[in-house]
Amino acid sequence: MGVTWDPLFLSLRVATMATCLTLVVGTGLALLLTWRKLPASNLVDALVSAPLVLPPTVLGYYLLVALGTESAVGRAWERLTGTTIVFTFTGAVVAAAVGSLPLVVRSIRVGLESIDHNLISAARTLGASPVRVLFTVVLPLAAPGIIAGAMLGFARALGDYGITQMVAGSRIDGVPTASIYVMDAMVANREHDARMMAIATTIVGVVLLYLANRLTRRLHPHRG
Amino acid sequence: MADLLATIQLVRSSDWALDVELRCPNGITCIMGPSGSGKSTILGVLSGLTVPDAGRVAVGDHVWLDREKGIDVPVHQRRLAYVFQGLALFPHMSALHNVTYGMHHVPREERAPRALGLLHKLGVGHLATRRPRTFSGGEAQRVALARALARSPEVVLLDEPFSALDRDLRAQMIGLVREVVANLGVPVVQVTHSVGEARKLADQVVRIEKGKIVARGAPAEVLEGLTSVEE
Repeated sequence: MGVTWDPLFLSLRVATMATCLTLVVGTGLALLLTWRKLPASNLVDALVSAPLVLPPTVLGYYLLVALGTESAVGRAWERLTGTTIVFTFTGAVVAAAVGSLPLVVRSIRVGLESIDHNLISAARTLGASPVRVLFTVVLPLAAPGIIAGAMLGFARALGDYGITQMVAGSRIDGVPTASIYVMDAMVANREHDARMMAIATTIVGVVLLYLANRLTRRLHPHRG
Repeated sequence: MADLLATIQLVRSSDWALDVELRCPNGITCIMGPSGSGKSTILGVLSGLTVPDAGRVAVGDHVWLDREKGIDVPVHQRRLAYVFQGLALFPHMSALHNVTYGMHHVPREERAPRALGLLHKLGVGHLATRRPRTFSGGEAQRVALARALARSPEVVLLDEPFSALDRDLRAQMIGLVREVVANLGVPVVQVTHSVGEARKLADQVVRIEKGKIVARGAPAEVLEGLTSVEE
C-alpha cells in the first residue's frame, strides 16, 4: 500500500479551523492580558501558557472532562448540533486550538506591545470610539504579530498528536491526522509512508515558521 | 467662542500633587514649567485621557468633567484637537487618511476634499498619498496640525509640538500656528518649556512648578527676567 495524502489534507483542514478559532480567542486574551488590569492576570497568563508545559495527555484529559458527553458544555453542544464535540472533527479542532493557543497569544502580545500608546490616545482624541480604535489602529498595527501568531499556531496545530489522540481518537471519519498516520505507519513497518508524510509535514511547518520569523522582524519599522 | 475653565486636583505621591485653576480665553495660553511640574498632566486631564481626583473642566456651557457631579464625557466625545509631543501620526495611513480620520462631523463625500484643502493650506498637499515615515520633521508637524484642525475643535491642545525642530523650522511653525489659531477663534493650550516660544506665541502665560501655579498673566509680565536657552 502506498502513501495516502488524505491524513495531510485532514490535518490541514483541522489546523485551518483551529487557527481561526485561536485567532479570535487569542486576540481577545492578548488584549486583556496586555492592556487590562485583570484581578488575577498572572494566573490567567499561567493558564493560557499551560499547554506549553503540560503533557498532551493531561490536557486531553481535561478537555475530555470539560467537553465530553457528561459535561454541561458537551450536552449543550449536542442539543444544539445533534453531534458530540469529542471523537469528531470538532474535537480535533478544539484539541489543536488549545495546543496552539499559547503561541498565538504570545505572538499577538508582542504585536500589541510594539504599538506606541500615543497612537491610541491620538485616535481617541480624534473622536474614535473604543471599537473603532481597535479595528482601525490597534489591529492593523499589530497585524504582523497577529499573522506571525496565526502561522505559528497553524504549524503547531498541524503537528498535534497527543491532545488530538485523546479528544478526537485515532481516526476522524476513518482518516487519521498526519501525525497519527506517521505513528501508525511506523508501527505497521511502513517506513517509507511514515518518511514521506513526515517530510511533507516538516516542509509545511518549516516554511510557516520561516514566514512567521520574517513577519516578526517586520514589527519594528511600524514604531514611531 | 467660549472660554475653557478648569480646576484640577490630582495627587500622584506624598510629595507631588497637581492643584491648578485655569481660565483660557480664545487665543494661546502657554503653560510653562520645568520637567515633571505637571504640564502634560494638565493636557491629559483637559482631554479626558487622565482622570483627576477632583476637578471640573468646561468649555462655555459644555461641561466635560465634573467629579463632584459624576460627569466625565469620554475622550472621543470631547470636541478637541490634540497635537502630541511625538505627533502620533498613524504610520499605516497616508497623510490624507490621517487628516480625514477625525472628520466624523463632516459628510463622507466632503471629507477628502476638505482634508486635501487643509493639507494644501499648510503647505503639505503634495504629501497626501504618502505615509508618515517618509516625512521630514517639519512636514510631519504640518500634517499633525492639519489633522488636529480638521476636527473643527472647541479647544486645541499642543504638547511641546516644536521640541524636535531646529530653530528656523520652529520659527516658521510658530508663525503658522499663530496664523491658524487666529482664524479658529478658540482657546489653545500649549505646553512648552521654551521661554522664547512662549514669548512669540502666547497671549497668556501660566507658569507652574511642582503642580502649583506660581505666575500667570501677559507674556511680558510673567516672562520678565527669564531667558531662553535657544535665544
